Amino acid sequence: MIPEVSTTGLTPPRLEWRVATVARVHDETPRARTLVLDVPGWPGHRAGQHVDVRLVADDGYQAQRSYSIASAPESTSVALTVERLSDGEVSPYLCDALGVGDGVEIRGPIGGYFVWEVAQGGPLFLVAGGSGIVPLMAMLRHHAAALASVRAGIPVRLLYSARTVDDVIYREELAALAAMPEVRVSLALTRDAPRDWAGFRRRIDRAMLEEVGWPATEMPNAFVCGPTPLVESVATQLVELGHDPSRVRTERFGPTG
Amino acid sequence: MTETPFIARGFHRRREQARPARLPPGQYETRDFPVLSAGPTPRISLADWTFTIMGVDGESTRWSWDELHALPRETPKVDIHCVTKWSKFDTTWEGVSVDTLLDAARANGFRDAPFVMAFSDGGYTTNLPLADVTGGKAWVVFGYDGAPLPAEHGGPARLLVPHLYFWKSAKWVRGLRLMPDDRPGFWEQLGYHDRGDPWREQRYQGDP
Repeated sequence: MIPEVSTTGLTPPRLEWRVATVARVHDETPRARTLVLDVPGWPGHRAGQHVDVRLVADDGYQAQRSYSIASAPESTSVALTVERLSDGEVSPYLCDALGVGDGVEIRGPIGGYFVWEVAQGGPLFLVAGGSGIVPLMAMLRHHAAALASVRAGIPVRLLYSARTVDDVIYREELAALAAMPEVRVSLALTRDAPRDWAGFRRRIDRAMLEEVGWPATEMPNAFVCGPTPLVESVATQLVELGHDPSRVRTERFGPTG
Repeated sequence: MTETPFIARGFHRRREQARPARLPPGQYETRDFPVLSAGPTPRISLADWTFTIMGVDGESTRWSWDELHALPRETPKVDIHCVTKWSKFDTTWEGVSVDTLLDAARANGFRDAPFVMAFSDGGYTTNLPLADVTGGKAWVVFGYDGAPLPAEHGGPARLLVPHLYFWKSAKWVRGLRLMPDDRPGFWEQLGYHDRGDPWREQRYQGDP
């Protein structure tokens, strides 16, 4: 029941590799770093899209990975938030070796289904696990950049699960977004929670989706992103709760090395 | 690639690939079996399941679950390559060659056509040249690694076209529609390549 996708019938130009320059870095958590990139000729993106990153060594060896874009389409730079995998090949380089002023090759934007634009309307139900928050953050930032009168017609609920409070990416910004009247943020900690933790202390389950999500009768646009077991169970439960499968869009990833 | 790549300062290979000749450009080997799909996993009862080949003149040939299983089976052992960069070696499947299905359709008077559109439960589609699903290169598979194919990996049955990027191996496949002209499927309309040869790194529209 994936809806028909409109197509212009035009062959798009090739996605070229571009050398981006690191403008800023920001450590989001002990394991996740945001790279803010200046990309010459960047054609713009939609919230939810990703880029390919290519690293070429001086002996010709190359590695490529895909990373979701965290920044809003309204941003002039492209922000990627990368989770560091200690046994990985690309993520340790991006998180530890790359510094401000360094260049890195990217091409994109890529992907046109797991995307949300203000024009698609709401309500929005965003469900994230771990670094699956990254493309959903682009949607939240896009929402926040809209006129207040537009935002008022698009209420958003985010349900985000992380292992511990220190693993919550964008924690301060999420708290600031939650102060807006049309944005509600619910956090679920799965491993360890502070004594005074007011959020959930368990994995996302059906009762939680019913409690903090929209009822199916509200016809929300749902976006679910995270590790495969989370996405499988949440998407299945949303359908069981009566949501139209064509309104449940998923992106599954484990962290990639 | 014709362009000169930018050398990433201080970047070096950290993983020794045991079989680099089997890795297409830009890919890395994984031992896991990652799952990627655009929406919820469809569930369908096997009593209602059919596989259909639709001809260019509107005719169709259809198999029930049991009828498909009565056809000669093959157990391909192949390498698979996902456009999200992972490759997995020596995966074993069980299913029916697409040649077998197309031969039956031809016996029913179907005209050949140069392209097919695979279609799936959930509305997914992907386009392929006929030449890429004939000649022993493609299967409709219902078994993986000696067991029934799990739903999250495309069960009850998926297409298997291992020499192309894995989005061409449509999960939850329900049939093939023969087409006189190439038309883009789901991901192809969203910017992915119409053919998707991993050895030529045909990831996105416009790639050579």
